Amino acid sequence: MPLSRRRRARLLRGGQYAVLAAAVLVLALVADWGTLRHAFFDVEVAKALFPDIITTALVNTVLYTLLGFGFGLGLGLVLALMRLSQVPPYRWLAVTYIEFFRGVPALLVFIALGFGVPLAFEVALDMNITVMLSLGLVGAAYMAETIRAGIQAVPKGQTEAARSLGMSPGRAMRSIVIPQAFRIVLPPLTNELILLTKDSSLVYLLGLSLGQFELANFGRDALNEHKSLTPILVAGLLYLVITLPLGQLVRRLEARTAKAR
Amino acid sequence: MRTDGEPATAGRAIEVEGLHKSFGALEVLKGIDFSVERGEVVCVIGPSGSGKSTLLRCVNLLEEPTAGRVTVAGTEVTDPDVDIDRVRRRIGMVFQSFNLFPHLTVRENLTIAQRRVLRRDRAAAQRVARANLARVGLSDKETAYPAQLSGGQQQRVAIARALSMEPELMLFDEPTSALDPELVGDVLAVMRSLAQDGMTMLVVTHEMSFAREVADRVVFMDGGVIVEEGPPERVVADPQHERTRTFLARVLDPAAAGLSEVPEAGAPGAEEERPAP
Repeated sequence: MPLSRRRRARLLRGGQYAVLAAAVLVLALVADWGTLRHAFFDVEVAKALFPDIITTALVNTVLYTLLGFGFGLGLGLVLALMRLSQVPPYRWLAVTYIEFFRGVPALLVFIALGFGVPLAFEVALDMNITVMLSLGLVGAAYMAETIRAGIQAVPKGQTEAARSLGMSPGRAMRSIVIPQAFRIVLPPLTNELILLTKDSSLVYLLGLSLGQFELANFGRDALNEHKSLTPILVAGLLYLVITLPLGQLVRRLEARTAKAR
Repeated sequence: MRTDGEPATAGRAIEVEGLHKSFGALEVLKGIDFSVERGEVVCVIGPSGSGKSTLLRCVNLLEEPTAGRVTVAGTEVTDPDVDIDRVRRRIGMVFQSFNLFPHLTVRENLTIAQRRVLRRDRAAAQRVARANLARVGLSDKETAYPAQLSGGQQQRVAIARALSMEPELMLFDEPTSALDPELVGDVLAVMRSLAQDGMTMLVVTHEMSFAREVADRVVFMDGGVIVEEGPPERVVADPQHERTRTFLARVLDPAAAGLSEVPEAGAPGAEEERPAP
């Protein structure tokens, strides 16, 4: 007997609920709740993490991210301008840089700067400098492309108006085009900041001293100490404390941009 | 009007000789010779694609001429050694699409070039800005952003911005073409008062009534050449060339050319395209 379309849809939905209920039931019966709770939600372990996980780890994560972002933004702007240069070699250099650093893993850059450079040149880079360079060099490649797109999105008439008022090309770029370009690229740049926040965990590789621990490192260290996943969960939640508001900010900026157009 | 620092040189405001301009294989200007005297108001009319905007843009070198000479107030702008930024300070330009700086307030739009280019101090720049805003009737919009203004207001701000550089001459590139019809009048009124004050103006326009009332001379262009030029009562009222007649018939009386959906009864060859404000 052929089922009506509506009946078939209802049966299908009922089936999906049944599968879900069964899965929950199995999980509830099979899982060892005591162990799980100790592993993930051990309140004692969580309490022991504070306040250091905030005052040291969270602060360092923000610090490393901002160092990398600041350096990357500056270098990205230079690369974007080189990419738009009238002088072909500048364009080639910028394209080569961007393609290279977008293509290699950030981890490799960290290894190169954290271990390669000190060994090869026999210099000890300051920890903060190493982080700033490693995160910034990679971030710059992405930001350069974003900024270039932003500059090109500013209508040509803006430059023409600026030039016809007697501004030099550089002055028109600085006073008129770049401020508008930055408003256009604010949402994608904030996204880049979110990505860098997460990439800052790669610092983990460099072998930090206690005071230099950021969230991932701190979590890993506490994991060893407490034999519990709780520190990792807390560290993860603290990443969200940074990234979720930024994501919210991106959405708001995008809405504002959409309204202004 | 004089600029600070730049001596007002003798000679014509604009002198164009043998001007050619090509975009790739497309030749837009095919040998233009014409000039504008100081204090003169010249309107350039013609069908779209006739090269009139390109001609205007060659005067301040927004377009690089392919061949020919352009001299503005005694300075040859086509001379490769000329500092074009210095010349452009003396040439005000108003665009069809206003091109106000959207990230700056009206006041900042008027002061930024005064400060950065003419190196005026803040107080002096703001004084000039206020005077010019008053002149275009927008004193109350000093702190507004361009997006908060109507098209007509934006265009008047754009005129005030150009005037704030105290230019020797003004170029207008279809200044009312992007405006709603009811906003055109205010902009034309500002331009008319500028003309009365003796400003040298080169205006590309479709506003025939403005051309007829305000222009000292009308230039009709078609196909990249000047077809005819002369006082408005001759070029607009009594054109000598067939091409001019055809164009004017279309512009002045769209109904007769079958372009208007709502033919105005009893107005063949209507004198007024739009009532004066």
